[in-house]
Amino acid sequence: MKTVCVVAIGSVSGQVLEWVESAAAEWCPWPTRQLPALELPTGSYDAKRGQYESVEFMKTVARCKPNDAARILGVTEVDLAIPMLTFVFGQAQLDGPVAVLSLCRLRQEFYGLPGAESLLRERVVKETLHELGHTFGLTHCGEAKCVMSLATHIGLVDNKEDRYCARCGAQLVRRFASPDGDS
Amino acid sequence: MKKVWPILVVDDEEVMCESMAAWLREDGYRVDTAPNGQKGLELAKSTDYAICFIDLKMPGGMDGIETMMEIHRIRSEASVIIITAYATVDTAIQAMKEGAQEYIVKPCHPQEISMLVSRILKLKKLQSENAILRKKISRQYRHRDIITKNPRMEEILTLTRDIASLRSTVLICGESGTGKELIARAIHYSGERAEKRFVSVSCAALTETLLESELFGHEKGAFTGAEGQTKGKFELADGGTIFLDEIGDISQKLQADLLRVLQERRFYRVGGTEEVSVDVRVIAATHKKLAEEVRLGHFRDDLYYRLNVIEIRIPPLRDRREDIPLLAEHFVEHIASELGKDIAGISADALKALIDYDWPGNVRELQNVIERAIVTSHNGTLVESDFAWLHQRGSSAQNWEVPDVSLADLERRAIIAVLERKGGNVKDAAASLGIDRSTLYDKLKRYEIAH
Repeated sequence: MKTVCVVAIGSVSGQVLEWVESAAAEWCPWPTRQLPALELPTGSYDAKRGQYESVEFMKTVARCKPNDAARILGVTEVDLAIPMLTFVFGQAQLDGPVAVLSLCRLRQEFYGLPGAESLLRERVVKETLHELGHTFGLTHCGEAKCVMSLATHIGLVDNKEDRYCARCGAQLVRRFASPDGDS
Repeated sequence: MKKVWPILVVDDEEVMCESMAAWLREDGYRVDTAPNGQKGLELAKSTDYAICFIDLKMPGGMDGIETMMEIHRIRSEASVIIITAYATVDTAIQAMKEGAQEYIVKPCHPQEISMLVSRILKLKKLQSENAILRKKISRQYRHRDIITKNPRMEEILTLTRDIASLRSTVLICGESGTGKELIARAIHYSGERAEKRFVSVSCAALTETLLESELFGHEKGAFTGAEGQTKGKFELADGGTIFLDEIGDISQKLQADLLRVLQERRFYRVGGTEEVSVDVRVIAATHKKLAEEVRLGHFRDDLYYRLNVIEIRIPPLRDRREDIPLLAEHFVEHIASELGKDIAGISADALKALIDYDWPGNVRELQNVIERAIVTSHNGTLVESDFAWLHQRGSSAQNWEVPDVSLADLERRAIIAVLERKGGNVKDAAASLGIDRSTLYDKLKRYEIAH
C-alpha cells in the first residue's frame, strides 16, 4: 500500500506536521503518515547568507524515503534558499516524489508582526498543496487564486485560495487515475 | 496551453544549475543545464534556447562573456542573462555591450527573476507573432502573386522589381480597380523597406483639414478635439513607404505642403512649431489624368514632376483580356475556399462571357462578380447562367453617358484617351480612331495636345 510521508527536518511542532498531513490527506488517494524527525543536513548552512541550502534538504529527504512512500514532504523551520534566489518558500521535484517546505517566511514573526496561528495554518496548507502539486507534475498556474500560482512574496501566498483551480484540479485527478499516478 | 520555451543555465556550480533549473521547471519551462561554456555551446547547437542564463565567472575555458558571444554566433535571437555574484559597473557595461539582454546579481529576489523571464518571453512572443504576420503580408504581396501573362503588365512587374530598392517617388496611374495599391505594396515588400511600415492613405476620403492632420499629425490643442499629440501617417511610415491614393484629389494647399515634404523630407505637425524629419518613400496613385489636371491648372506642375519620377501606367482589364481567365480561375479557387463552397472551376462558356465583358470596374469588379456568382451558384462549376445578370448591365459603350460638353471637347478628350492607351504611339492611336496619321497630327496641333 502506497503512502504519503511527512517528515520534520530539525525541530518542528507536532501541530504544524498535522496540518501538513491533513492537507495532503485531503487531496492524495493514499494514507498519510509521519516519519521520525531528521537532523538538519550538515554543511547546508551558509553563514554569509544566514540561510540553508534547499537542495541539500531535498537530498536528505530523498535519502530517507521509505519504499512504500509515493510522496515525501520534508518540513523545516529554517529559512531555505537556492544560490540564485534570496529565499524559497519550498521546493519540489517536478513530477518526482520529494518536496520540502520552509515555515520560516510563513510566520508573521518573520515580518516583525505578532504570531497568528490561523494565518500560519492557512499558509502551511496552501504551500503543502502547492509543493504536492509540483510532485504530481503541475507547473505554476496563471490563475492568481489557484494554489498553484507562483508566489514570490508572502502577500501572493495570502492572495491564493487553499484549493486547486478547476484546470489544475482536473489535471491532478487525471494523474491519480493514470497507471503511473503513484510513481 | 502555454508554449514551452527552452531555457539554458550555464554555471560551473552544480548546485546553482540544479536549483535554478528546478525553480524554472516549476514555472513550466523546459530547462537544460551545462557545467561550462563549451558544453553550453554544444547544447545551443541543437536547441534554439529562448533564454540563456550564463554565469560570468567560470574557471578554465570560456568565461560568461565568451560563452555568450559564441552562443550568439549560432543563436542570434537567444536572450542572454549574465549572472554574477558581484555587482560592478564595469562588468555590467561590458556584458551589455557584448549583447547581454540583462545582468543580474545573485542572489536576487524571486519576483525579480520571475518578472524578468516573463518580460523577455512576452517580447519574444510578440516578435515571433510579428515575424509571422510580416511573412504573411509579404507573401500576400509578392510579385508572383500578381497574376498576368499580358506583356505590358509583365513589363510593369519587371520595372517594379528594378525600382523596389530605390527611394525615388513613384506615380501609379490607372483606372479604379486595376490594382494600383497591389503594385505599390509589391514595390514596398520587395525592397529594403519591407521590414518597415507600408502606410496607405486615401486622399479622396477626407476633407482638407482632416487630411492635413492625418498626413502630418497634430499637436495638443491644434484644433477642437485635439486632446494630445498625434503622429501623422508620414511619421508612422518613417523608414518605410507611404502610399497616397487618389493624389489627384488633394487641395492646392496640401499640394504645396506635400511638395515641401518631397523636397525637404521635413514638415510641421498641425499646430506645431518643431520640424519633424522623416525618411519615407512616397508612392502616389491616381485614376485621373494628372498631366491634363496640370494643363487645366488643377494640379501644381512642380508637384506633378516631383511625383512623376517613375511613372507606372496600369492598363485596364479590357486591354489585357488574356488575363481574364487566369484571374477568374484564381478568384474562384480563393473565394470558394474562403467561403467554404465546393466549386471546382469555371466553364468555358462562362469564361467566354467574362472575356467579352468590358469590365469598367476592372479587376476589382471581376473579383466581386466571381464572389457573387460563387455565393448564388448551386453547381459544382460556375456556368454561363451564373453570370447572366452581367449582360443586363450591358457593355460600357451601351451605357456610355455623354458628358455635357462641346463636340470639339469630346473629340479632344477621345484623342487624349486613345493616345494614352496606346502609350503615345500616333500610328496605333490613329488606327484605333479610324483616321489616318496626318489627320491625327492636324488634330493634335489644333487641340494643342502634347505627345
